[in-house]
Amino acid sequence: MKLIVKGEEKEYKEGLTLAQLVELEKIETPQYVTASVNDELLSAGEFEKTLLKDGDVLEFLYFMGGGGL
Amino acid sequence: MAFSNEQIERYSRHIILKEVGVKGQKRLLNGKVLIIGAGGLGAPAAMYLAAAGVGTIGIADADEVDLSNLQRQIIHSTKDLGKAKVISAKETMEEINPDVTVNTYHTFVSADNISELIKDYDFIIDGTDNFPAKFLINDACVMAKKPFSHAGIIRFQGQLMTYVPGEGPCYRCVFKNPPPKDAVPTCRQAGVIGAMGGIIGSLQAMEAVKYLLGVGELLTGYLLTYDALKMTFRKIKLPKHVADCPVCGDNPTIHELVDYEQAECDGAF
Repeated sequence: MKLIVKGEEKEYKEGLTLAQLVELEKIETPQYVTASVNDELLSAGEFEKTLLKDGDVLEFLYFMGGGGL
Repeated sequence: MAFSNEQIERYSRHIILKEVGVKGQKRLLNGKVLIIGAGGLGAPAAMYLAAAGVGTIGIADADEVDLSNLQRQIIHSTKDLGKAKVISAKETMEEINPDVTVNTYHTFVSADNISELIKDYDFIIDGTDNFPAKFLINDACVMAKKPFSHAGIIRFQGQLMTYVPGEGPCYRCVFKNPPPKDAVPTCRQAGVIGAMGGIIGSLQAMEAVKYLLGVGELLTGYLLTYDALKMTFRKIKLPKHVADCPVCGDNPTIHELVDYEQAECDGAF
């Protein structure tokens, strides 16, 4: 199946969960990442049970804390 | 209010823009923006807003200028070492543009004082370096119905989003709760390239200026991310409304401001 991950269309095997994709894509600090699947925001606790399907559009949103000091 | 000849010349490159004009420049001069954090993000934001003639600029920061700040916090200079950042920032802004009134708040922003701090301002810029402050600013702005610009920078990366009450998601819609201490690296631990603050802080100033002028499209409902190594900007669409957001959702569970214990960057602001 095709997924659009971070703006790029790529081929993945069927039946992939969001947790498996996070691992495949080597997402940093995965337990603190918010995923956007189509137009829905999911936290790490929901990655395992989220089954991805052909055409899903995924983004990963990271905590970024710096800026002041 | 009529412009002096000096003001007409100073703001001529603004006034000539059809999106600004005399009317827009007056809006900027009547505008009030609060910058929380006079550091990597706050420094360029403050300088551009002062230069633009934003009439009242508040700046809040509890710190003093340290040598390790000068690699990126261009509002401060070597002569300012040891000086309160808000004073150093005020001096630079007034040197750039004497039209601007700068209010300084030499204090940590906390649950006790933030509502009072933000209440007289039209737009807030989050230039802080830690998650407790970022969540506090978000919650206070949501509760007080104040628009604000969130931003964060680390290493070669930066991000920002703009919250406007009723027009899009807040920071907590995306990031439910602050991460535990040290779970996510900070600039002190991980480093940050100096120009990153310049890029992202200037984008925050741009959002404030657009908001005051009422022109264009703000980053409401989007998170803009910038990767300097790949030289890519990405505008990631966010849901328009997150029903279960604990602060701006349909049934909010957060009704009071809290100071989260965890303090990034060794407790400093």
